[in-house]
Amino acid sequence: MSPNPATGPLIAMHGVDKWYGDFHALKGVTLEVRRGEKIVLCGPSGSGKSTLIRCINHLETIQKGRIVVDGIALDDSARAVDAVRREVGMVFQSFNLFPHMTVLENCTLAPMRVRGTKKAEAEAIARRYLERVRIGEQAGKYPAQLSGGQQQRVAIARALCMEPKVMLFDEPTSALDPEMVKEVLDTMIGLARDGMTMVCVTHEMGFARQVADRVIFMADGAILEEAAPEAFFRSPQHPRARTFLGEILAHH
Amino acid sequence: MNYTLDFGPVVTGLPDLLKGCAGTLVLAVSGMVIALVIGVVGVVLRESPLRPLRWAVIAFVELIRNTPFLVQIYFVFFALPLIGIRLAPTPTAIIALGLNGGAYAIEIIRGGVQSIHKGQVEAGFALGLHKRDVFRFIVLRPALRAVYPSLTGQFVMLTLTTSIASAIAAYELTSVAKLIENESFRSFEVYGTITVLYFLMSWLMMRAFGLVSRRYFSYPVK
Ligand SMILES: Nc1ncnc2c1ncn2[C@@H]1O[C@H](COP(=O)(O)OP(=O)(O)OP(=O)(O)O)[C@@H](O)[C@H]1O
Ligand SMILES: [Mg+2]
Repeated sequence: MSPNPATGPLIAMHGVDKWYGDFHALKGVTLEVRRGEKIVLCGPSGSGKSTLIRCINHLETIQKGRIVVDGIALDDSARAVDAVRREVGMVFQSFNLFPHMTVLENCTLAPMRVRGTKKAEAEAIARRYLERVRIGEQAGKYPAQLSGGQQQRVAIARALCMEPKVMLFDEPTSALDPEMVKEVLDTMIGLARDGMTMVCVTHEMGFARQVADRVIFMADGAILEEAAPEAFFRSPQHPRARTFLGEILAHH
Repeated sequence: MNYTLDFGPVVTGLPDLLKGCAGTLVLAVSGMVIALVIGVVGVVLRESPLRPLRWAVIAFVELIRNTPFLVQIYFVFFALPLIGIRLAPTPTAIIALGLNGGAYAIEIIRGGVQSIHKGQVEAGFALGLHKRDVFRFIVLRPALRAVYPSLTGQFVMLTLTTSIASAIAAYELTSVAKLIENESFRSFEVYGTITVLYFLMSWLMMRAFGLVSRRYFSYPVK
């Protein structure tokens, strides 16, 4: 356990193993994320990227190893899970906005129910973050009335309203039409500039180059390579990483 | 056939028939409210981590769905006094209707809950919401919207089923009609008239459900 939560790593995963039934999805994963650090996680489909980040906020349980988030040891107790989820925001590939709530209501639900924030204050916070993702004027609309890119920016604002210490992104742009990818990436780049700690599963190599402190490559449930983005893209060490990058470049 | 129609007794009895309609609507609406509560609570218990609770819900649903309502209403009518609860026919009928409608509502609403994408639930958890809040604020409304036609169809059924409550002489339209028929022997006219009245009440119900839907379930979806 990190002795001083204020200076230790924000996320520490040590020897984490995860099985889905008989299927070994994470194999001895060890990863530390410093405060303010931006990590890009990549690897072929089925390599366990989503599983890894979903373990950080306990959307998945692990069977072996240890995860500590902001000094909180993430056991399966409700108290630890609650405490960790307050500090960790997540953005999903499919946005997962609540269709029956307006954009503003999407953003105020958790602060009001989880933090006990008063409605007026929650709305003020929500409007601030909606402005920040440049979607303030859409606050009264329903998710279905927005484009994919706008929905994803609302999803980012919704997570930010809980004022998390780290944001997890699981392929936030893969469900978007190409012309909307940039607006979401720009939002994420802005967030990174403001010092947010981020763990992003993405194959957007331009984003990785621009923002990431470290690129982590996974295959078959294990971390095979970690490097600064330039080094990783220029000279990947592991043969699987080389094959993977070859395929990505062929597609872009 | 040499039957001459005589609507005299129906016309004389019209105020009573209309009161009977009101009685029917009271049974129907109270039954629906209870059914809706049982439906929602039942769905939650049906997914409970406690196995006995899940089994109790399954047993309740199966019991209700595989026995006739007439038998159920008699059962409630004669079983409640055995445990010391004495109720007049009308409250008894409301309880029976609520239990019966509730069992069907559990199955229908459960289907709605299962139709909700699991990403919705995960988004709620990721935001730090507890299971109860996720159900209440995130899952319930879209789930009810998804099954609204079946649920309201079931509730129209419930409205018509109230006529069986005449078997224990609860205050509703069919009971009133039976009284008028017993005095006048104008069976065709009396039952013809209440057929129309039941039809109108069903129609009214559908309209009301339409208004509720416009108020609560009209948010846009893709
Ligand atoms: N709930 C589950 N039950 C069983 N197996 C699962 C489950 N979720 C994921 N898996 C399996 O675990 C492996 C890792 O899945 P994961 O979703 O983490 O991969 P990924 O790297 O995110 O892939 P992608 O790029 O396709 O999103 C896959 O083989 C997947 O089939
Ligand atoms: Mg994935």
